[in-house]
Amino acid sequence: MTMTSDELGERAEHELERQKTFRERLHCCTAAGCQSCGGDAVRASLKQQVKASGVEAQVEIVGTGCMGLCSKGPLVKRESDEALFLEVKPDDAQALIEASASPSLEARRVDPKTHPFFAGQLRIVLANAGTVDPERVESYLAAGGYSALAHALTTMKPGEVVAEVTKAGLRGRGGAGYPTGVKWQLVAKQLNETKYVVCNADEGDPGAFMDRSVLEGDPHRVLEGMAIAGYAVGANHGYIYVRGEYALAISRLQLAIKQAEKEGILGARVLDTSFRFQVELRIGAGAFVCGEETALLNSIEGKRGEPRPRPPYPPEKGLWEKPTLINNVETFANIAPIITRGSEWFSNIGTEKSKGTKVFAVAGKTMHSGLVEVPMGTPVRQIVTQMAGGIAGGGKVKAIQTGGPSGGCVPEHLLDVPVDYESLVAVGSMMGSGGLIVMDETTSMVEIARYFMEFCMDESCGKCVPCRAGTVQMHTLLQKFCDAEATEADLDLLKKLADLLRATSLCGLGQSAPNPVMTALRYFPHEFAACMKPTAKGASS
Amino acid sequence: MSVKTLTIDGKMMTGVEGDTVFTVAFHNQVQIPRLCHLGGIPDVGACRMCLVEVEGRSKLSASCMTTIEEGMVVRTDTETLREYRKLLMELLLAEGNHVCSVCVSNGNCELQALAAYLGVDHVRVPYRHPRREVDLSHERFGLDHNRCIACTRCVRTCDEVEGAHVWDMAGRGEKLHLVADLGEPWGDSENCTKCGKCVQVCPTGALFTKGSAVGEMEKDRSFLKYIVYGRERHQWVKKP
Repeated sequence: MTMTSDELGERAEHELERQKTFRERLHCCTAAGCQSCGGDAVRASLKQQVKASGVEAQVEIVGTGCMGLCSKGPLVKRESDEALFLEVKPDDAQALIEASASPSLEARRVDPKTHPFFAGQLRIVLANAGTVDPERVESYLAAGGYSALAHALTTMKPGEVVAEVTKAGLRGRGGAGYPTGVKWQLVAKQLNETKYVVCNADEGDPGAFMDRSVLEGDPHRVLEGMAIAGYAVGANHGYIYVRGEYALAISRLQLAIKQAEKEGILGARVLDTSFRFQVELRIGAGAFVCGEETALLNSIEGKRGEPRPRPPYPPEKGLWEKPTLINNVETFANIAPIITRGSEWFSNIGTEKSKGTKVFAVAGKTMHSGLVEVPMGTPVRQIVTQMAGGIAGGGKVKAIQTGGPSGGCVPEHLLDVPVDYESLVAVGSMMGSGGLIVMDETTSMVEIARYFMEFCMDESCGKCVPCRAGTVQMHTLLQKFCDAEATEADLDLLKKLADLLRATSLCGLGQSAPNPVMTALRYFPHEFAACMKPTAKGASS
Repeated sequence: MSVKTLTIDGKMMTGVEGDTVFTVAFHNQVQIPRLCHLGGIPDVGACRMCLVEVEGRSKLSASCMTTIEEGMVVRTDTETLREYRKLLMELLLAEGNHVCSVCVSNGNCELQALAAYLGVDHVRVPYRHPRREVDLSHERFGLDHNRCIACTRCVRTCDEVEGAHVWDMAGRGEKLHLVADLGEPWGDSENCTKCGKCVQVCPTGALFTKGSAVGEMEKDRSFLKYIVYGRERHQWVKKP
């Protein structure tokens, strides 16, 4: 059953031939966003209509991954002219299939090449989302899938793969931005026979759904990236740790793994070479802290999801004390394009220190919300005002929040900051995994700070004292601000606790928990001042 | 095994490869404050009291989990560290219900002694006054959750030394608490061997021998030394 790399090409061509036999192919978004607003009904209605019109041989209905403009779903894309239809209803099926003019449908048609949401985007990670059927491996093969793996296995030595990733300048997309090639090198040089590759898909930041969309829309791409990583570092076993809330992503991954195993892309002889690689799924049980790499490893091992002190770092001692490579979903999704198109191509995109693109999940009070992929260096303002269309109803942007509970807010006057790791840290926020929440003038920054502290308080595992007891106390203090009961002493204590958590917490969750508060204090001190109890001067004594 | 030389608080010290900063400091009469560390059981680095500054590292390191390196320069007692430890202690005192005057461990309590050593004379953060249970179902011992600081010494001792693994932590964050077996009353635990090792390693009065009155609960940890020496040297003598 094992497919060789030559057969891979044949299969891809065969699928492309099959696709050409259709007069029209309609791509329906089947990601969680569109499903939640009736995407399934649209797809079912389209399929029914195709049958009713007797055009099964001419029109194909394809279920695809996220097309990005989630707030205007369900989305349907017409392949022949790349037209995108917004807010499609089941009743639109006939007009879409027969390509008959329907004024109501025409009003909802946009051209992705010129629409402000899509113009300026560069899709590398999301290249297949919206075109490839995530439930059919043939569809991925036709889009050039697994050719990077075949190329790496047949023409490159493991060290060359690592060198290529290093040269590309790819950095971890989980938020911290550690150079991916360096991490791979660290694992590759370990002499241990047993090594592991782990994909961190425990995306938990409020408002973030980049990884979910990649897994739902293009699961094979992640598997391919992991297999290439396994080959490069000398690991034969991979784990994907995905959060339990992502039911659709889990089922798509399970299907993708099964398909890849059946085709011999994963298993004892990957693409008929001597490389062995298998992937298993581990499903999280809803703890945010399990996105922290050492807690994630504990959880895979079946232990309580608590972080371990580092060092030793996972490349030395990770899963079951063996060298382990942990990368985020989006990082793995970048690997196949780098191998196929070369490190030079990749490193020409982006800024000097941050290469490639970054996917952001834009949410909040904007006109459009959804998924955008932009080259590094794109000003945040362009994402907020052009792509997301600014505040819905014409309000004024007050601040944006990136990096979730570990990040911070960026006020309106600093929105020209470019999207890259260093620039965002310089303004007090961080790249994070890619959540981008836009807030307008009506949002209270004190309340935002309190909300994120409540999140950290609820999600603290409780292992170390500063995070367990400190987040509780900081939340109490912030609640006092929200109730306009706070005093000067409370502000002082808040800052002291923030410093304590940052300096003494065991893992990233506690160390970065004060960030949203600190940036809010830095940029909006007057809002905190306004929440303080008026001091009754001279009233006492 | 190679010998490593390092500087702790300005003094040159030596240790064997694999030793932790805490151990080397301890053997050289430098006492680093700690609550979760206990010689003889594995470390977890949870209480953050033993954090030290290591030159060349941007973050503070838990000395109980940091292995020594040649030429390492460590500071264990700076103004910053003292301030952090003080605030950590205040957080601990405010988190549970630590009322010394009615506690069996009054006068023999590690938490109390450390608070005094750190100079904690008042607590700046508001007391939480949580409602917590007392488990007196065991025939010999009692567990007062109000005095537990979640150091997990009992969990590790029961697992690693006694080999029974009765204790575990359940819940998270503020709701983190100790459970026997799968959350049963301690007295109903089928795994408990009634050895009492957990009671002896507990730094506070959370685990105690029944019948102790205020200040009467003194902990005896000599058995740990006995077991650890015995395992290392295969010699089982009472006083090594």
